[in-house]
Amino acid sequence: MAMFDMGDYGPYVWTCFGLGLAVLIFNEWHARHRQKRMFRDVQVRVRAKEGDE
Amino acid sequence: MWTFFHKLGSPPHFYRLSLLFSPWFAIPGYLLIAWGTYQGLFVAPEDYQQRDAFRIIYVHVPAAYLAQMTYAIMAVSAGIGLIWRMKLAHAVAAAAAPIGASFCILMLVTGSIWGRPMWGTWWEWGDPRLMSALILLFLYFGLIAMRSSITDTAKADKACAILALVGAVNLPIIRFSVDWWTSLHQSATIIRKGGPAMDAEMLWPLLANLLGFSLVFGAVLLRRIRTEVLYRERRKRWVRDLVLGDGAP
Amino acid sequence: MSGPALPGLIDGFGSIIRRDLLLLWRRPGDLLNPLVFFIMVSTLFPLAVGPDAQVLRNIGAGVTWVAALLSMLLSLNTLFLTDFEDGSLDQLLLSPQPLPLLALGKTVAHWISTGLPLVVVSPLIVMTYRLPSEVVPVMMGSVALGTASLSLVGAIGAALTVGLHRGTTLLSLLLLPLAMPLLIFGARTVSLAAGGEPYAGGMNLLAAYLVGALALAPFATAAALRISNE
Repeated sequence: MAMFDMGDYGPYVWTCFGLGLAVLIFNEWHARHRQKRMFRDVQVRVRAKEGDE
Repeated sequence: MWTFFHKLGSPPHFYRLSLLFSPWFAIPGYLLIAWGTYQGLFVAPEDYQQRDAFRIIYVHVPAAYLAQMTYAIMAVSAGIGLIWRMKLAHAVAAAAAPIGASFCILMLVTGSIWGRPMWGTWWEWGDPRLMSALILLFLYFGLIAMRSSITDTAKADKACAILALVGAVNLPIIRFSVDWWTSLHQSATIIRKGGPAMDAEMLWPLLANLLGFSLVFGAVLLRRIRTEVLYRERRKRWVRDLVLGDGAP
Repeated sequence: MSGPALPGLIDGFGSIIRRDLLLLWRRPGDLLNPLVFFIMVSTLFPLAVGPDAQVLRNIGAGVTWVAALLSMLLSLNTLFLTDFEDGSLDQLLLSPQPLPLLALGKTVAHWISTGLPLVVVSPLIVMTYRLPSEVVPVMMGSVALGTASLSLVGAIGAALTVGLHRGTTLLSLLLLPLAMPLLIFGARTVSLAAGGEPYAGGMNLLAAYLVGALALAPFATAAALRISNE
């Protein structure tokens, strides 16, 4: 496919776009992961305190 | 109007508002990136000099723009936090740094990959943009390392704020100094991004990606700020209610 | 309060410098260590790179500056550390003199103990790296200006990292972006002079950086000290 080849620059171009996609996905995933983890940690903490009272 | 901004500074209000706004950033952002990327890869005509390799611009330039814009946002909010003692401002600065670093790395790597077929080299030690970009990365690393070294949140906030501001002052100095060095350097290579004038067909996808990346950055930043706020306010009543209320973040 | 405020400022400034220099006198290692390190590093390169005069001439300026940067880094680590550990830092923070002034005092003492010896030793480098002897004043001048700026800017980093776990690595990481312009200006100026080209521009830039650092760095250092000592 000529489209895919990008005039022999294929590897360079596709690697860059792949990396771009990877960074976008990573940012989204990592932010969600941290948020979920934090929420759970705070939840555990608060429930423990409620239990003490 | 003023009360809106005042409310924005209050963590619980900010939390609620950011939940509301996030989809309005994320969805248009990703759509714009999808359109811009498709157009840039398949529809835009090839460049006269660089042919298809120029398409890397659609990733590299947004990354570069964000890497620098994030630093600016971080430095400004750190300054606001330091001067006006707004806790939320510090949370913004803390949340922004890792995102900025990731885009800075993307900028450097895509720039290097672009350079290889175009100018025959993965890296050029004399080039002002490359040098400044590398230093920006070190500034990010320093900030992230600093924040993880100090356990007390308030202390970390202030220390990182000073660091961010010192770095902000230093960035133009670095740029200037490397410029001066290269102007006297015999074999300086001047890297031009995509040429001076761009076809409309080439330009629109770039603008779309720039805007798209920025919007997506905004959405990710808001989420990270929410996480920071959850941590910093973990002892407050509103967080307690939030966390015990429903199961979803 | 009776009497003018000015003598108090000068007294405070002077006594900080005097105190640090006295401590240095009692512990000459603090002066010798960075100096020996500098000499070592600069002699390692000719050993590794070989005696080719042209090669040495090419790298001389750069090597000097990198070695100077590393030596300064070594001594910046402990700039505030001993004070932090024995409680003198608390005293500094409580004293009536403005903290930026005291921070400047410590910085000046640091430069005298680390930077100045490097300036004195730098002509040796000119010889070792086969640079023309006309370069000596340029070398000494640029090293003087550059190390002074490094002391000022490095003090900020030292203040931010004092007492931190793994503070040394962090300090190096923080200092690198700040020192980079100096490295470029300094090495370039000496290279230009060695090649017989006009170097005044570089010296002026070094001087300008120093002036800027003098004006701003003490305040940043003072703020950093307050934060670190909480």
